[in-house]
Amino acid sequence: MSGDGVVVVGGGQAGFQTCASLRQEGYAGRIRLVCDELHAPYQRPPLSKGFLTGKTSGDALPLRAESFYAENAIEIVNDAAAFIHRQACVVELKSGACAAYDHLVLCVGARNRTLQVQNAEAAGIVYIRTLEDAVRAARLLAIAQRAVVIGAGFIGLEFAAIACDSGLDVSVLELSDRPMKRAISQLMSDAFTRYHLSRGVKFRFGHGIAAFESVDGQVSAVVTTTGERLLADMVVVSIGVVPNVDLAAHAGLVTGNGIEVDRFLVTSDPNISAIGDCALFPHPNTNKMIRLESVQNATDQARLVAARISGTPAPYNSVPWFWTEQGAYKLQMAGTIDQCDQFVASGDPCSASFSVFCFRNGQLACVESLNRPADHIAARRVLSADRNLPTMADTAASGFSLKTWNNGNDTRAA
Amino acid sequence: MPKITYIVASGATTEIDVASGTSVMRAALQTGVPGILAECGGNTMCATCHVYVEESQLSLLSTMTAEEDALLDGVAADRRPNSRLSCQINMSPVLDGLRVYLPERQT
Repeated sequence: MSGDGVVVVGGGQAGFQTCASLRQEGYAGRIRLVCDELHAPYQRPPLSKGFLTGKTSGDALPLRAESFYAENAIEIVNDAAAFIHRQACVVELKSGACAAYDHLVLCVGARNRTLQVQNAEAAGIVYIRTLEDAVRAARLLAIAQRAVVIGAGFIGLEFAAIACDSGLDVSVLELSDRPMKRAISQLMSDAFTRYHLSRGVKFRFGHGIAAFESVDGQVSAVVTTTGERLLADMVVVSIGVVPNVDLAAHAGLVTGNGIEVDRFLVTSDPNISAIGDCALFPHPNTNKMIRLESVQNATDQARLVAARISGTPAPYNSVPWFWTEQGAYKLQMAGTIDQCDQFVASGDPCSASFSVFCFRNGQLACVESLNRPADHIAARRVLSADRNLPTMADTAASGFSLKTWNNGNDTRAA
Repeated sequence: MPKITYIVASGATTEIDVASGTSVMRAALQTGVPGILAECGGNTMCATCHVYVEESQLSLLSTMTAEEDALLDGVAADRRPNSRLSCQINMSPVLDGLRVYLPERQT
């Protein structure tokens, strides 16, 4: 240790948690958090939900009070990383300043995938990622009458639900044949489609966008790839994100659809870790390289890296979990649906409260719970290490409950 | 403003004044009281804002929802009869003097 301490690049959930956990672990060295947003680290999940209508106030967004950083000797550096000099263990910042490190943690996140079509720059077209984006979206929402959402992922549908509650006419365009296809089962997708339809949301599945129309620089309509023209005075583009790999790639680190790390979340340079939305890591069960965009992934990976830097290394094997809230539908997912090919519903899949057990190679890999928090909590326990997993036949048996299964098969001391 | 006293696992206490309507979770985060993670931001999703409420004050709190009850089954430390999620306790004058004990772990 040269005394340069830890430099964390990126002031999102992962960057914040790395710094906080380092101090919790008793790390005594210098900690600098390089943050290119103007705000101290804040929560992003409410930005596509309650924040848009004022239900979640701006005061509730910061992850910690400003005083937390000074009290914990976490230096916030309002700057951006420009280049990593790996030989020298120095991060060069945009301002020209340099930050030397013993260990560097890249929490550089992802950026919105953008649309490159005619009139894509028109006023009234927004993306939702940062606080500024959300403030812009909230202002538009307050005066708009017709919203078109491009992309039926979590963010797009969370916005659609809010816009619907605010009395807007809402249409959703989605290239694939069902909502949230990348992340959830067909059974669960169908439940959400029915719910949004029942509230008046119009879906256009299998439709892409051809162009925007604008009047005096303000968006006025969306033209789909099938030639349909949807009137709009507000458009939310939510077509996924691209991981920020450039900084790592320019420094010669191995990157792909993310910054590649090993089971310990170390990049191809032992002095550099990468975590959160930008990290491409081996799935603990399938070994396939995956990248997850979630609060849980950011915080659990941050804690793991903080523990390693503080002298307690361990491989990453947390059960991923996610949530989305769309109107009265709260969906919680434990595990990942990737490569799952068999599905068992628990409860009535036509109702507003059921779970889906998803199996990969015959083994339980993911549980989706709609308005069933007890199932979700039990699923997180069942899917964590050293548990006997229920088989498909077990889950299909009448009266099966994950909670009861846990109580009978829990290998962790109660 | 009503007061809350947080008692961390080591026994250290912090007393703070909290505006009515603010949750016990939010107040802890805003003042830097350690021991509450609140990863989901107070949406009853994560069960990382677990507290033990002073037994004699339990009856002052509003009854827990089925959702909170379900999540409490997933807390990292032991669930006890006085376990609550602090994101679901909103301060009000009647809760003035509330004492909450923080568990040793939230994950």
